Amino acid sequence: MQTAVIVFPASNCDRDAAMALEKVTGRAPHMVWHRDSELPSDVDFVVIPGGFSYGDYLRSGAMAARSPIVKDLVKRAGQGLPVAGFCNGFQILTETGLLPGALMRNKGLKFVCRPQELKITNGNSRYTSAYGTTQNVVFPVAHHDGNYYADDSTLDSLENEGRIIFKYEGNPNGSARDIAGICNAEGNVFGMMPHPERAIDPQHGGTDGLGLFKSIIESI
Amino acid sequence: MKAIIHVGLKPGVLDPQGRAIARSLSDLGYDEVSDARQGKVIELDMSGTDKDAAEARVKEMCEKLLANTVIESYRITIED
Repeated sequence: MQTAVIVFPASNCDRDAAMALEKVTGRAPHMVWHRDSELPSDVDFVVIPGGFSYGDYLRSGAMAARSPIVKDLVKRAGQGLPVAGFCNGFQILTETGLLPGALMRNKGLKFVCRPQELKITNGNSRYTSAYGTTQNVVFPVAHHDGNYYADDSTLDSLENEGRIIFKYEGNPNGSARDIAGICNAEGNVFGMMPHPERAIDPQHGGTDGLGLFKSIIESI
Repeated sequence: MKAIIHVGLKPGVLDPQGRAIARSLSDLGYDEVSDARQGKVIELDMSGTDKDAAEARVKEMCEKLLANTVIESYRITIED
């Protein structure tokens, strides 16, 4: 099992993501620089980490989504490679078009940083299967642009196809239909604003995030 | 040539920053302001003299990078 983390200028959760992946797979991930043009060929799962890639210039995730490595990532995701984006990673995935919708400025206009309760709304997905009967988890949130927007027909199809994987319990940012995390139609690409990689050790205040990494790794 | 691009949230997309601006203006006594929408302006210095060709290129740039057409619309002006 070989994983990878993409590193952009001003990524700041890349090492958290690496710790989480190493904890679950027993093997350090490749750290792939944004200017590389190809992912290593042995990669089974890729994480796009949180942070403020390119200083959030233009729009959160906009520049990163056009960087050299992401071109190859989009191609590989289209071939079925599992890819997860957390926080800024989710913003980048929507900017590439791999996931529908967009992340807008929080409705309350404030940066929100706190432990956040989430409801698992699809426990059968590749990213949640290891949670078993667990229905609610707590992951940290830390973002300014996490207000998920998509038009009604997109939201309806996400809902009807079971592609809303997590919803907020107590909406922190104004997201449509309390959406915290979604996947693509094929189920291999997943994005969420909260940070499962910051909930993998008792010293983080909880280990609820481990289930997400276990789920996707077990599915490969 | 200069291309001036106005990018803003589409009508119907909630603009919390615009709303905060309108509320602030109202607090300052500008009661005639009923709503505000915030956007951004991007100015590009461009070579060439063909305005139509420039506009077509800038439209492509908007679709590829400058605007996120899921939530934003844009308006292009080409100046000499």
